[in-house]
Amino acid sequence: MRELALHILDIAENSISAGATKIEINIDEDLQEDILKILIKDNGKGMSPDTLARITDPFVTSRTTRKVGLGIPFFKAAAEACEGTLNMNSQIGLGTAVEVNFKHSHIDRMPLGDISGTLLTLIIGTPDVHWTYKHTVNNNQFIFDDEPIKETLDGLSLCNPGVMKFIREMLQDGIHSLYQGQPKRIH
Amino acid sequence: MPTVKSLEDLKKIREEALKKQQLKETSGKTELIVGMGTVGIAAGARETLKTILDMIERDNLSDIIVRQTGNIGLDSFEPIVQVVLPGQDKVTYGKVNPEMAKRIMKEHVLAGKIVEEYQIEG
Repeated sequence: MRELALHILDIAENSISAGATKIEINIDEDLQEDILKILIKDNGKGMSPDTLARITDPFVTSRTTRKVGLGIPFFKAAAEACEGTLNMNSQIGLGTAVEVNFKHSHIDRMPLGDISGTLLTLIIGTPDVHWTYKHTVNNNQFIFDDEPIKETLDGLSLCNPGVMKFIREMLQDGIHSLYQGQPKRIH
Repeated sequence: MPTVKSLEDLKKIREEALKKQQLKETSGKTELIVGMGTVGIAAGARETLKTILDMIERDNLSDIIVRQTGNIGLDSFEPIVQVVLPGQDKVTYGKVNPEMAKRIMKEHVLAGKIVEEYQIEG
């Protein structure tokens, strides 16, 4: 994967497979502390302590078609290549949280990439999940919650072209605004 | 957070759709499913799905439902796109890049003709 946004998409898919009805994606870029933090939290079925302890092993997977699950090990390797960490917490019946930290300025840290594209894929492609997104860059913050949008739509599909445009623009404008007025260029 | 003003815009979109009777049941719509497992994502499935959404938005296509799903179990054929026209069997396409997605939209989704050269068993 060449973008963090693709790793985030991959982990969110795990949350969906775990039957989550609410998934939070939080990104925090703190240039003072030189940390990039990503949190993907769900209310899915969760994992036992035993499974949780073994989850970063590529040969541990819930897949039935093959014995290899690469998503978490790949993300962990990407983090560790940048003096970062991947931590997971989970409880059966409550959900799972994946937190990944990177040294923001690390030369090997892959770019965040097309995060609005990832969000659009998730929000429109999995409308039964309540999605929230919170992205902070230093003191700028953008919060997106699809619940008020779905309430307003009252049954109209998110795949309606006008609705799609609305969501896409809201995400792109919101994320773009995070990087305005920052002291130096951020990648 | 969406402002009151922007939610007003959304209400207008809903009213327009109501007038055009676009609130009808799922059963009358074409469904597209894009596989988004780890292998699919690495193979470019997000770009494939984005291309489909882009066409719907740009060409103002209604009555199409797009869903993404986890691993479909056909790793060597990712990205996978499945098309279900109302009342018809599911058709599975393999190795669908953005260009192929556009063709599938034009020929199969809009004109009803399966693009056989992209089709795989599934």
